[in-house]
Amino acid sequence: MGLVLRGAALASLLVSALIVGSLAANAAGFVAEVDWGRVLANDAWNPRQGRFSISTLVVGSLVITGVAMVVAAPLGLGAAVYLSEYARPRVRAVLKPVLEVLAGIPSVVLGVFALNWIAPEVVGTLFGEREGRTGSMLAAGIGVGILTIPLMASVSEDAMRAVPSALRQASAALGARRATTTLRVVLPAAVSGIVAAFVLATSRAIGETMVVFIAGGAADSATFTANPLDGSLTMTAAMASLATGTDGVRADALAVPALYFVGIVLFALTLGLNLVADRFVRRVRRTY
Amino acid sequence: MALTTISSSTGAVRGSVERALRGARVDVRGRLFEAALLACLLLSMLVLGVLLHTVVTDGMPVYTERGWEFLDGALSSSASRAGISQGIVGSFWIAAGVVVLAVPVGVGAAIYLEEYAPRNRLTAFIELNVRNLAGVPSVVYGLLGLAIFVEALGGFSGQSDVDRRTLAAAAATLAVLVLPIVVITTAEAIRAVPRSLREGAYGVGATRWEVVRTQVLPYAAPGILTGCLLSIARAVGEAAPLIVVGAVTGFLSRGAGLSVSNVVDPGHLTERFVALPTIVSHWAKLPEEEFKVANSSAAILAMLAFVLLVNTLAIVLRNRVERKRST
Repeated sequence: MGLVLRGAALASLLVSALIVGSLAANAAGFVAEVDWGRVLANDAWNPRQGRFSISTLVVGSLVITGVAMVVAAPLGLGAAVYLSEYARPRVRAVLKPVLEVLAGIPSVVLGVFALNWIAPEVVGTLFGEREGRTGSMLAAGIGVGILTIPLMASVSEDAMRAVPSALRQASAALGARRATTTLRVVLPAAVSGIVAAFVLATSRAIGETMVVFIAGGAADSATFTANPLDGSLTMTAAMASLATGTDGVRADALAVPALYFVGIVLFALTLGLNLVADRFVRRVRRTY
Repeated sequence: MALTTISSSTGAVRGSVERALRGARVDVRGRLFEAALLACLLLSMLVLGVLLHTVVTDGMPVYTERGWEFLDGALSSSASRAGISQGIVGSFWIAAGVVVLAVPVGVGAAIYLEEYAPRNRLTAFIELNVRNLAGVPSVVYGLLGLAIFVEALGGFSGQSDVDRRTLAAAAATLAVLVLPIVVITTAEAIRAVPRSLREGAYGVGATRWEVVRTQVLPYAAPGILTGCLLSIARAVGEAAPLIVVGAVTGFLSRGAGLSVSNVVDPGHLTERFVALPTIVSHWAKLPEEEFKVANSSAAILAMLAFVLLVNTLAIVLRNRVERKRST
């Protein structure tokens, strides 16, 4: 029985090996054959015409992740501090599951919501309607932010609840108000967990596909832009749009290998962020 | 025992000490801080409320006008005839794939890591690897599915070219995607099993597997079930990997209708596919308002009904067990 179970555990290593192997093998052709001047140019991403400006996608990902974290970091952290330091157990027992329901909403749903509601009602109201197109990087970024609030909240709440209550009692005994205790004692003690939450949420936002695919305001090509009010593609959305409609004739032979190349860039980026977050999470565990 | 009583009544004690020290004055800035924190939480929930309200008001008219016909119908280029039955069939088999493939392997891996594995570097590496797999973007799993299940294994049927982008390949891809979630939640449930249970069983001469089967698994079962439910909900809501693996956009000729014999027909596995989330994403990107707003919201309602039901079940189950065990 032990052997069978061991095989199951080793399957996870096989999955990792297959991911790295299949990405590398399929991206190799792209790396070898592509004109690197086109990859490094800052013009446009349009694989069907042989334009592979990776910086267009990376900047798109950065803008959307930035918007998402501006939304998710304060809201998620605020919600976590309230749940951990202020909410009475009975209130917490009601509010926490609601936050978990939000965590369970599929990302396509947020995508449709970002396109049909956030884009006209929030972005349109604040910055004026734009003709011809409803989605934008700002609308998609807000949608991604909403999607990452629960992750931000639950990881940082775990970190704050891991702070021993002796610290809070000592602070209270010295006459500190509850807000002072929270800001000067609990938050500094939980800081590595909160950093981990931020990094994990960033990684999740970079990897989010459907919200940008639906509400990002670009179809299958994008010109270089860093303006959140424009439409653009992220690395993930570019992969999804490259994959749709591949039944038809492809204009450029490198279009599909490009898919794997973007995939490997994305994989490396999120892996790095996840490893950093893992370090921080473990530091919390070691201290207490 | 004394210690726990003190810490559990901290809030009340601290409140009364604070009041006594401060006299009758109100801590205005402290109250403002608390209000701002509560606002963060309530705003997140307000978004959830607005989202659900928007989806219901946009999607409900489709059901009141067409009712069962929308659920039973096939994909179509005409908004007033398009239905989602093929998506329901696809999502059903994807959920089945998760239960058949990811649950046994994931639970097995977690049992090995928690009960059998020696504390060495390989084990630590496997654990780190599982945590990282859980953070790999879902669209990358789509590439894995495309390269391995579709291209290398021919969608499990050896058919040529685009026909290899089968439902079986899609279900296998999502099973791999949720595998780390099953491992992590199961491992957590097993870690919560009290040592005394294991030691008692070893004490009367049970083998390792007997201890796992008769003590660990029964105690951890609700936690494991919660993890499995969460991963089914995750798989059913996931669209990006399916798009990369090759979900049909537009038109699918076969497999329409919600009769039981059609839904459970394993013949679908070797054919091309759609699933509820890919239908939603395809319709949301169409220019016609009837598809973009009404039909996509109606399809979301069908998907959310299932996903939220399964998620709520999982949360309620976990909270109930936690409460029972903490008293």
